[in-house]
Amino acid sequence: MSSDKSRFVPELTKGIFRENATFVQVLGMCPALAITNSVMNGIVMGIATTFVLVMSSLMISALRKLIPSQVRISTYVVVIATFVTVADFTLQAMLPAAHHEMAAFIALIVVNCIILGRAEAFASRNPVLLSIADALGMGLGFSFALVLIGGVRELLGSGSFLGFPVFGPGFEPWVVMILPPGGFLVLGVLLLGLAKIAEVRSRVAARSAGEEPR
Amino acid sequence: MSAKLLTIFFSALLINNFTLSYFLGLCPFFGVSGRLQTAFRLGVANTFVLIITSVATWVLNTYVLVHAPYLALIAYILVIASTVQFVEMVIKKTLPALFRALGIYLPLITTNCAILALALFQTSRGYGLVEGLVFAVASGLGLMLALVLMAGIREEAELSNIPRLLRGTAMSFLIAGILSLAFMGFAGLFAGS
Repeated sequence: MSSDKSRFVPELTKGIFRENATFVQVLGMCPALAITNSVMNGIVMGIATTFVLVMSSLMISALRKLIPSQVRISTYVVVIATFVTVADFTLQAMLPAAHHEMAAFIALIVVNCIILGRAEAFASRNPVLLSIADALGMGLGFSFALVLIGGVRELLGSGSFLGFPVFGPGFEPWVVMILPPGGFLVLGVLLLGLAKIAEVRSRVAARSAGEEPR
Repeated sequence: MSAKLLTIFFSALLINNFTLSYFLGLCPFFGVSGRLQTAFRLGVANTFVLIITSVATWVLNTYVLVHAPYLALIAYILVIASTVQFVEMVIKKTLPALFRALGIYLPLITTNCAILALALFQTSRGYGLVEGLVFAVASGLGLMLALVLMAGIREEAELSNIPRLLRGTAMSFLIAGILSLAFMGFAGLFAGS
């Protein structure tokens, strides 16, 4: 149990940067692009996905010894669909405006590859506490990506952030950024930037490793 | 009636193309679009699953979910999962080479958002059996069109001299962005009618 606790924090943080679902593993693309035309949508979608991810990981991890391996995928899918239904109805009741805007994409959390991926790769073979840490980290990393993409697109596409105008009245909105092509282009450029950072870091690491023996 | 069906067909195929304007089915769009032939065949498999899903959704909506609307999501996903399992068995038996080429992306049709989205859109727009079928065929062809276009471009790109950093995912996204821009041109297609 003590080893579980000591692994809690690393499992939590790995999902946020090092194994970020969107930027590093390129999973869960559909919601990451479809609803990120504003920051608010990104936040709501991030919270909903994190909720489903944590709850289904908890459930699957708790039941992992009872689920026969032949029917595991169907079992996971049913568990996930149940929690998505809960999230869907809750949002419909509490944030009807945001729900209306994203309608189908809340229900589509069921088929977000990140959730099934974590269930299969992590929750089905790790204890409950670690699974929650892993799910929470992945969820936060995903939310971070959504807010980042949403921020860039809203800033360029409507000149505002969270609905507040940023650039003043003289700004001519770059409308294509909140339309579908903007999603692809912004994520493409962000990935390009990350690839550059990774390259520079690995070069620095290689240089310092080369100098150390001397 | 037929004019409405025609509108449904072209709007799902071009104007509201599932991949390029709704961002549905992106995983296979980026994963399997390396080779033209594989992309085409995955498109066919997708279309087949879409058609079966459309009929199954109609049956569920008309006869079952009237009594328990809150089970909609679970019912759809179970039907989709079993359909995909069935298609997988058929392909494995009849076309083993294709089965190997598609690899993990065949069972992953279950988690292809396009399939579940079809069931949800069909329900929320109140399509009947015939309209649903037309919608399914058009969406399937739309997915296939996007996949094949992407695969064609990527096969060409492999032979050209691209900056090293751009290779891989980043370039695929930029290509998709430009394709999506091009498809926006179809938006005016039905504005006059």
